Amino acid sequence: MDSETKIDERYAELFRSRIEQISAGSAPFINSLREEAFGRFRELGVPDRKSEAYRYTNLEPLFSHHYHDYIIPDAGDLNYARNFECEVEDLDVHNLVLVNGFYPPNGGALKTIDPGVSLGSLTEAAVSQSEVVERHYGRYAASDEDGLIHLNTALATDGVFINVPEGVRSEKPVQIVNLVRSEKDIFVQHRNLVVVGEDAEATIIICDHTVSPNNYLTNAVTEVYVGANARFTLIRVQNEHNKAAKLTHTFIHQERGSYASSVNITLHGGVVRNSTYHHLGGEGAHANAAGLYLTDRTQHVDNFVSVNHAVADCTSNQLFKGVLDDVATGTFNGRIVVRPDAQRTRAYQSNNTILLTDDARMDTRPQLEIFADDVKCSHGATVGQIDDNALFYLMSRGINRREARLMLMFGFAHEVVQEIPVEALQRRIDTLVMQRLRGELTRCASCMMRCRESVQ
Amino acid sequence: MLIVDNLKASIDGKQILKGMTLTVNPGEIHAIMGPNGSGKSTLASVLAGREFVTVNEGTVTYFGENLLEMEPEERAKEGLFLGFQYPIEIPGVSMVNFMKTAVNEQRKHRGLEPLSASDFLKLMREKKELVEIDSKLTNRSVNEGFSGGEKKKNEIFQMAMLEPKLAILDETDSGLDIDALRVVANGVNKIKRPDSSVVVITHYQRLLDFIVPDVVHVLYDGRIVKTAGRELALELEQKGYDWIRKEAEKSDETWTVKPK
Ligand SMILES: Nc1ncnc2c1ncn2[C@@H]1O[C@H](COP(=O)(O)OP(=O)(O)OP(=O)(O)O)[C@@H](O)[C@H]1O
Ligand SMILES: [Mg+2]
Repeated sequence: MDSETKIDERYAELFRSRIEQISAGSAPFINSLREEAFGRFRELGVPDRKSEAYRYTNLEPLFSHHYHDYIIPDAGDLNYARNFECEVEDLDVHNLVLVNGFYPPNGGALKTIDPGVSLGSLTEAAVSQSEVVERHYGRYAASDEDGLIHLNTALATDGVFINVPEGVRSEKPVQIVNLVRSEKDIFVQHRNLVVVGEDAEATIIICDHTVSPNNYLTNAVTEVYVGANARFTLIRVQNEHNKAAKLTHTFIHQERGSYASSVNITLHGGVVRNSTYHHLGGEGAHANAAGLYLTDRTQHVDNFVSVNHAVADCTSNQLFKGVLDDVATGTFNGRIVVRPDAQRTRAYQSNNTILLTDDARMDTRPQLEIFADDVKCSHGATVGQIDDNALFYLMSRGINRREARLMLMFGFAHEVVQEIPVEALQRRIDTLVMQRLRGELTRCASCMMRCRESVQ
Repeated sequence: MLIVDNLKASIDGKQILKGMTLTVNPGEIHAIMGPNGSGKSTLASVLAGREFVTVNEGTVTYFGENLLEMEPEERAKEGLFLGFQYPIEIPGVSMVNFMKTAVNEQRKHRGLEPLSASDFLKLMREKKELVEIDSKLTNRSVNEGFSGGEKKKNEIFQMAMLEPKLAILDETDSGLDIDALRVVANGVNKIKRPDSSVVVITHYQRLLDFIVPDVVHVLYDGRIVKTAGRELALELEQKGYDWIRKEAEKSDETWTVKPK
């Protein structure tokens, strides 16, 4: 058996041996999708490097490592979540903590935050708000090429559910702190579902964070439905350690006239892969996808973006930027698909990377598939060093070389950071980026959160 | 304050400055004119410390020090200022942050405490009024999306913030409308202290109606071929550079027959 088959077998075995426990802790509707998803996973397997979408990210070592699965949450972990506090100054949010993908049921597994807005455990929602969940769950996370999405549907037990009903503008953002914490090396799966009704508005901040030094592998799927004329922003801040592998798949389905923005800020992580899908399914919708990656040492960050213009008169913009140091590697794969009916599409994409050393490496690939004729599309990618002319300009005003370089890198990164519409968070990320670029920080000090346990 | 002596400099092996000599004393205003490509900006680059220009021969002394050995930022901290012919756009770096860092670096160099946030904003406000630059511009990223004229105005704003001892203004007047030209020129005159000096590089006599030079030089093919009072600018405006070219070529010939 080759190593790929061996890996696929191992995860198939995990499914077979744990399916009863998984189902017992979950909801009937979610369970009803598992067998089929498992079948799809068997067909597709864990993507290898022959897969176009994973050409530059080798999942093999991650999946062949032996992890403990985390199917039933540990009471101690859930208690930990209860006491966890995020300390970003002036960040006024509805806060929610997941530990290893589970929602701790303190104060009820599902709570109402604003009028009619529910926030809480997906498993719970699948029972008590079954109508909403059944209408959306599993509808958007579809893929003919990525077996990991189906693996998640087959295995995931819990995650966050947010429902913002029609017309409700939820002003205060929801912050989901995704903690990974265990004494053992673990494999974590979770699943989020966000429903933003017609004319509604919601902002969600997801903070991916590890609090103990083990090897982790996370395979998370988030589905978002953005109703007609609704506004939605998703900000993801990733700050994990070198032994953590994070694979996220985010599917944002947009209806007519909606606006949706996804911003991925990757400050630290061993291997990070973010797949972000925007589906423009109603006329006049706008999708904004942005990302920033700051990596050093042997870290690897892979951003895969796919914007699907399914109907006419939609616009989209992709802006991804990064700074790679040491022997860090990065990948950007930006796909724009314009379907035959999607006339008058406007779609833009840009990816710019600064390499600080000769050994850092960036692979960037635009993928344009255009089947309509009245379309304006542009894409541009640069991989290079700090601009000498800009550096000299700053130095000619009395700023020393080191400081001038920092200012330029900061400015470069800030173009993405300013896509964060939550002011307190934007300020905080700016500070973290500056500290990160100055090399002043250990991972822990650079963290958004102050945990009681510290990790080396 | 500045003595350039027999300066020869090249870019990518191509000789651009071919024995420049120039002395600027405290308080003086010099104008440097000359046809396109004669080396005016190259001279400015050498003085400001751009690396892509190689100095092959000659010396530059600034307040008794060897200027060529100083880092660009040291030169700036010692009061040298270059107004760029083509100011650079730097997206993501705010004007405020840029100027705050620059002003405080220079203060540190002079042994002064950094300005408090409110003192700094006060200084910004004062200088903005002086050069009549819009807050809309100073609230943006450095030169990002500025029009040609706005970029030039922004150079003078920076000069006002930094109060240099020697300012070299490379075609600060080009791209300015008539009103902006007057504002910029008045700004320069107001910023200039009795003992500070200005070298304006320009193609147009018009600027020199506002910033009145003590001396006018003509730079031709990497060398200063003529130096006179401000009437030289008027003469150039009327007659162009042809006669200068002829004179220069004639003197070239005499040089070639001169024994070494
Ligand atoms: N970076 C460079 N690489 C190669 N050649 C250069 C570079 N910069 C300037 N030169 C060349 O050096 C010569 C002098 O250029 P410089 O910019 O100093 O002229 P100038 O007198 O300022 O002209 P203008 O009036 O047009 O501004 C020109 O022939 C120009 O092409
Ligand atoms: Mg020039």
